[in-house]
Amino acid sequence: MPPAARASTLPATITDASAGPSSLGVRDDFPIFARKFAGRPLIYLDSGATSQKPTVVIDALAEHLRAHNANVHRGVYALAQEADAAYDGARRRVAAFVGAQPQTTIFTKNVTEAINLVAYAWGRGRAGDGGNGRTEKHAGPRHADPRARANIGPGDAVLITQLEHHANIVPWQVLCRERGATLRYLEIDARGELSLEQLDAELARGDVRLVAFSHVSNVLGTIVPVAEMTARIRAAGAVSLVDGAQAVPHMPVDVGAIDADFYAWTGHKALGPTGIGVLHGRTEILEQMEPFMTGGDMISSVDFQSATWNELPYKFEAGTPPIAQAAGLGVAVDYLSGLGMDRVRAHEQALTAYMIERLAEVPGLRVVGPPEAERRGGLASFTIEGIHAHDIAELADRGGVCIRAGHHCAQPLMRCLGVGATARASVGVYNEPSDIDALVDALLAGREVFGL
Amino acid sequence: MDDLYRDYILDHYKRPHNFGELDPHDLEGLEHNPLCGDELGVHIRVKDGRIEDLRFHGHGCAISQASASIASEELIGMELGEVGALDADWMIELLGISVSATRRKCALLNLKVVRGAVTGDHAWPA
Repeated sequence: MPPAARASTLPATITDASAGPSSLGVRDDFPIFARKFAGRPLIYLDSGATSQKPTVVIDALAEHLRAHNANVHRGVYALAQEADAAYDGARRRVAAFVGAQPQTTIFTKNVTEAINLVAYAWGRGRAGDGGNGRTEKHAGPRHADPRARANIGPGDAVLITQLEHHANIVPWQVLCRERGATLRYLEIDARGELSLEQLDAELARGDVRLVAFSHVSNVLGTIVPVAEMTARIRAAGAVSLVDGAQAVPHMPVDVGAIDADFYAWTGHKALGPTGIGVLHGRTEILEQMEPFMTGGDMISSVDFQSATWNELPYKFEAGTPPIAQAAGLGVAVDYLSGLGMDRVRAHEQALTAYMIERLAEVPGLRVVGPPEAERRGGLASFTIEGIHAHDIAELADRGGVCIRAGHHCAQPLMRCLGVGATARASVGVYNEPSDIDALVDALLAGREVFGL
Repeated sequence: MDDLYRDYILDHYKRPHNFGELDPHDLEGLEHNPLCGDELGVHIRVKDGRIEDLRFHGHGCAISQASASIASEELIGMELGEVGALDADWMIELLGISVSATRRKCALLNLKVVRGAVTGDHAWPA
């Protein structure tokens, strides 16, 4: 059954996000849940790390490789045209899924590469770049004027937040070090939330050239007021980049309404395959940027000494792209659309509220981040007095429950929280209240192992 | 009985031996487990070519803390020349439990920090 048709047949068990336990009834769409681990079913609460894949996505990948495989954008034969249609068709579906335009929707390897693309192609660029200009209509390379102002130079600042994971920290550290610029952080309050007043104060200093921040924190779950932030950043003349890796798979996201200069996310957390990420950019800024990597597919024409760049979005897609992965991601977003992202969000919010309520039954357990489920994505990070996070995850695994433990690639945030590590349970469309019950049972049993 | 969280492992975790600071000290080291962000430091006092006294400090899971605590008893009094020869098998055997591949670095962090402090070799013990 196609996903769109399926959604209408789903049990409508959720009407109100605060109604408590929730199920979308789609677990059977995900074949991995048929597996047993040491005789027990898989209880997967690590969707923040990667999502499981529905049969339709697995089949789409295999079907592409089995029946439609050819390289893209250079074959005249019918099979190559099918590959083109699969790849560019997937781009249109992916763009439409988040209210973006296909011409400004760039496929990358993952969200980390999407952020690095911006850090290199924009961050190392100059005002008025664009190499040979926007399209092949320009004759020959028009190399950037070395006297033009660097996008990031000495005395400039890049602003990020204490919520970020390493992929949205380290590219800016390296850029700032290289350019003699300063890296500053918006702070989180005791609830794990950012302050628009502090953003205004930072922007008022006049040196901020770029602000990069997560839409949803992968550790605290905090939902960041992205549209309010991008408007302020634009008004201050700075460039905005939003990391939506933890948002797009879990809630309705309208990239057009958010109106960031760059919005990045990744396929494998959104029921799609690994190896494909997405970067949406504003046309004007993408046109002014030099390419990130160079080579096949991003070229319009090549002379002995120079080359001209392909049009958007291909200018930023060097080499043979992830064609089968794109086909898989296209089906993944169709599947999510079939469920309805409003329903997905309502389900995950209800499940998160239930998780926070039930975790409170575990003595010594502390959940970090905003206490209200409506202010957080579908995850809860926590510590338990007397048990290190690594041991919590090990003990949960004995109950067949997969949760993550560690610093979640966010060591500066861990320092802000005053902990070395946390355990994190994160939900997806396939989770059900019984998964939360199994987690709580495993944690209570774990405390007994530790003699607590 | 739990295969991993044996009583003596949990005893060492809850009441680790030779934890704290040692001032003055002759050698020191600090290492991280990149997997989990845990960190473990060591202060070592040397006399006549031997580890006269030693203290670990830092934070970590039951396996890493118990390993450090158990190893500290063996390390105190050991000749410095012997430390470089200590390998992963020595530590795992001393720990007395079967450690999965994902928890191996937890068990070996203390040996990494001690070898680093004594020999300058910061590689993970093999």
